[in-house]
Amino acid sequence: MSILFNRDSRVIVQGITGSEGSYHTPRMIDSGTRIVGGVTPGKGGQRFAARIGDRALGEVPVFDTVAEARERTGADVACIFVPPAGAADAIMEAAAAGIGVVVCITENIPVLDMARAAAFLKEHPARLIGPNCPGLATPGAGKVGIMPYHTFKEGRVGFASRSGTLAYEVVALLTEAGIGQSTCIGVGGDPIIGTPFVECLRLFERDPETDAVVICGEIGGSDEEDAAAYAKTMRKPVVGFISGRTAPAGKRMGHAGAIVSGNTGTAQGKVEALLAAGVPVADTIFDIPEMTKQALAKVGAR
Amino acid sequence: MKIHEFQAKDILGRYGIPVQPGKVATTPEQAEAIARECGVPVVIKAQVYVGGRGKAGGIQFGDTPAQAREAAGRVLGMDIKGLTVEKVLVVPKIDIKEEYYVGIVLDRATQGPVAMVSAAGGIDIEDVAANTPEKIVKQPIDMRWGLLPYQARDLMARAGLPHTVVSRGGAILAALSRAFIASDASLAEINPLALTADGQVLAADAKILIDDNALPRQKEYAGWAEPEEANPLEFEAKREGLTYVKLDGDVGIIGNGAGLVMTTLDMVARAGGKPANFLDIGGGARAEVMRKALLFVARDPDVRGILVNIFGGITRGEEVARGIIMAQADLPKGMPVVARLSGTGAEEGRALLADAGLTWGTDMRDGAQKVVAAVTAAPKTAPKATPRAGN
Repeated sequence: MSILFNRDSRVIVQGITGSEGSYHTPRMIDSGTRIVGGVTPGKGGQRFAARIGDRALGEVPVFDTVAEARERTGADVACIFVPPAGAADAIMEAAAAGIGVVVCITENIPVLDMARAAAFLKEHPARLIGPNCPGLATPGAGKVGIMPYHTFKEGRVGFASRSGTLAYEVVALLTEAGIGQSTCIGVGGDPIIGTPFVECLRLFERDPETDAVVICGEIGGSDEEDAAAYAKTMRKPVVGFISGRTAPAGKRMGHAGAIVSGNTGTAQGKVEALLAAGVPVADTIFDIPEMTKQALAKVGAR
Repeated sequence: MKIHEFQAKDILGRYGIPVQPGKVATTPEQAEAIARECGVPVVIKAQVYVGGRGKAGGIQFGDTPAQAREAAGRVLGMDIKGLTVEKVLVVPKIDIKEEYYVGIVLDRATQGPVAMVSAAGGIDIEDVAANTPEKIVKQPIDMRWGLLPYQARDLMARAGLPHTVVSRGGAILAALSRAFIASDASLAEINPLALTADGQVLAADAKILIDDNALPRQKEYAGWAEPEEANPLEFEAKREGLTYVKLDGDVGIIGNGAGLVMTTLDMVARAGGKPANFLDIGGGARAEVMRKALLFVARDPDVRGILVNIFGGITRGEEVARGIIMAQADLPKGMPVVARLSGTGAEEGRALLADAGLTWGTDMRDGAQKVVAAVTAAPKTAPKATPRAGN
């Protein structure tokens, strides 16, 4: 078992007929993901024909609501490509319909919309990944989101990153070094996200198919510090990396959540917290594969 | 998005929060007229997007309309932390007896807004938080109800504010919560909340930040946008949909994805270079966006070489390569550009670059080393500015 998503997962795509949804849905299918339907309000009853170039990848039904899609398809995972103005609503709709894992790719969601959605999720429990993230991938089972799946490799290292493209870089390096991954999670670059590092670590710690975890953090907030505190109690080794060491204080570095405010959120503070918890921190991403190998060797992993 | 004090007070006023009557002046003569109209003595307050204006001389007083004109003359045009003062707020001077802090900030831990009150007002709340955190009381705001009036009064009482302030200050804080939510703020502070000698409670200074992501539905506030940093390129980038941050080095950086760009900055620093900027062209960028990004970065006169680091997910490598090729004609002569592509469409992109006689780095480290070497090798007097850089 990987975490959050596996071969048995049944996935629906919210915003399947939009430009992002219609581009990425066939690519998810191509990676092996079982897409069972899509949701676009007003387009219920249509069928979405998935194709990449002239390669047809089958058709899935489109529904007006998530509730209907879930009832008719038995979906347990939702992938959201809905534009920012409606994305938080889409998250709440999925949670209310009983979808267990909600992956929101959408970027630029107003933060108070996310505050509302976060409060809603306390009463309608669903595991939210993102928003403002590339989604997740379980090599061998497929992907939910937009990750470049061909660079992934089946294996036993869990991976989580706040940045999408940085995740691709590091996963590619791991794969090149022969280190496969159990599940890769893009947790998202916003200040309010559903599943911070510490939650990913908890899931990986319980996963019998994960032997070690790599987390790629960045400046802003205290998710890495929280993760460090938990990592200290884990059986499985964790390897860390922090980007933004050269970022000046008070400047928002692209991600809404990537900002050093006062003394909080500095790269140095995060590196120190991880090191203090016994988590080795890579100086550059190129050091991550070797450090991961060492971590695996330490636990005598296969 | 930052807004000025006078704009923040305008918003507060709409929610019934008392503020001093006052107006904005852009000339000393206007300041004199406003002083005459609202009554002296007055305070002249520089309207700039940085803190610490008082220490910099950006707050002055006028006991007569003529003095108000002179004071405004001194403040207008003043340079405060690299920003030129173009507007002053002229308000009647009040006799402040006590100063408090009330504010609402976005809190990552509770995943929503948190109201904060402190009896230690008038000073930077970050200092209070660092030195005497026990002097700040907090209450997470439930997004369903906002901050309820009783919760606001409770905060006032717990912060140890005088009985007379608990009720009126509580009403002000509850109103601030309504303003915060309705305006899509990410921060709203009244500091100080003033108790005057004649018993009034009012917002003597105010700071509000509006969530950039909410600007599409906060059209009025979106219209208030002004160059917000000392560097005009940052403002222009925002208007063009580019995420650009000016830094103090000479290696221009373009990448996709915030974390990747940050890592690229770190990598250039490690290779012995100094990044000149952060520029994230985001997901799905087309050739034209890439071209514009290159020309944009090259407009910074400090830039002496550019590293393009793209990993393809939504962004396709051949689009990036096409953009780099299209930009060649308009880039300053001899400006080294090192590109590094991987992921979706990277092979096609590299082929295009090769056909155009352009080079690339094999990976991020190689790219960083190549651009730093090129910048180091280039004469210091290398052509710095494009013809368009003059404005």
